[in-house]
Amino acid sequence: MYKDPIPMKKHRSESDAIRLAGNMKLADLLDLNPNLLGVLTRVGLRFGFGDETVEEACRKKGINPQTFLLICKVYTFTGYMPSSDALRTADLRDIVTYLHSSHADYMDNALQELAGQIDRMLEPCDERYKKVIWRFFSAYKEELSEHFRYEEEVVFPYVQSVLDHVGDKGFTITQYEENHTNVEEKLGDLKNIIMKYLPQECDDRQVSEILFKLYLLEMDLEKHTSIEDDILVPMVNRLEEHEK
Amino acid sequence: MKSKTRKVLLIVPSIVVAKGLESIFDNQGEFEVAGILPDLGRGSETRLRNVEADVIIIDPCVFSYAERANGRNWLSDNSDAAAVALQTGLEGEETLKAYDETFSLYDEPTTIIRKLRAALEGRQESGKTEGEELSAREKEILVCVAKGMLNKEIADQFNISIYTVITHRKNITRKTGIKTVAGLTVYALLNNLIDVGDFE
Repeated sequence: MYKDPIPMKKHRSESDAIRLAGNMKLADLLDLNPNLLGVLTRVGLRFGFGDETVEEACRKKGINPQTFLLICKVYTFTGYMPSSDALRTADLRDIVTYLHSSHADYMDNALQELAGQIDRMLEPCDERYKKVIWRFFSAYKEELSEHFRYEEEVVFPYVQSVLDHVGDKGFTITQYEENHTNVEEKLGDLKNIIMKYLPQECDDRQVSEILFKLYLLEMDLEKHTSIEDDILVPMVNRLEEHEK
Repeated sequence: MKSKTRKVLLIVPSIVVAKGLESIFDNQGEFEVAGILPDLGRGSETRLRNVEADVIIIDPCVFSYAERANGRNWLSDNSDAAAVALQTGLEGEETLKAYDETFSLYDEPTTIIRKLRAALEGRQESGKTEGEELSAREKEILVCVAKGMLNKEIADQFNISIYTVITHRKNITRKTGIKTVAGLTVYALLNNLIDVGDFE
């Protein structure tokens, strides 16, 4: 459905030629898939890493390298489904930390920047148009933040309670079958409105930069959802089974 | 389009009625019977999907009383054809309104043909129209959607079935690329189809 904002060779599975491994240099990993830049920042791996391997860099930062690689694979292989072995070696705490810092990154950086850019882009437009587009964007932003708030306040604390073996009896992770569709549709609409129906007064370069950001955001949110549905949920599920 | 014969699927329990309709179509030449289902027993869904009918003529009494209100829904789940109700008993107005047209056992052959044509035309108007420009009717419906009206309210205002409204809405989304109501409102405003004042 989405297009990789930065072109990368498509690989259906790991066996398809590239392997992401712990003994790989961090620099080579990025060369392989530049879309991993955001992941690196969120995990807190600082630039200036020289010739460090993935494993070395992760250990230094106190992150389980298998978890980091698992996240990288979701970003790299279309439709990647982790094996149960891969899920067993990953660290649930690191997954939650990653999801949490992604939320912060979306709200504090990506959407803030978009807000500023959209505001500047709309400057030459008629007041009425400015108002409706701005209102649509704000509603989207609010909805997304509402969605994250639920995960931060309900889902993540629950995962923590399962990790601490004091699982909440009234809640299971399968209940967290969330409906992402509406937020996804709104983002698609925003993209189409800006691409197809914007008043002629807007500056093309500004529009194009915003669209690029929206494509990136769309791709990133899609991967974010995969990490939740295909990694977080099955990992917690397994722990719940153990508790029974 | 002129010389092409339209295929009709009959879902009527009475063989007399089925044969009667068949002979009317034989005389007129515009329509032909592509299949007859006497009831909705096992396999009728598959049958419905496989017969490529342009129009379905159905006697709503084939649905049990409880299912009747939902009958039209079931049809559109299984077929894209226009659906015309044949009134043989006392049907509620709501039941009949769901269909594209209605005729009775006592209608003249020409009336029946005219109604079938009307049902097909209504269907085509809301069906897959080529080109990416919104039609006049689609624009009217878009304005209603943008103002927050429900499908039922829109159907009542234009005196069309709720299914036709849904088809129009699908086409609007396909043509504009916009899926949410909030997004369609922005579209309508940017294209000056409504005023900010209209919904504030």
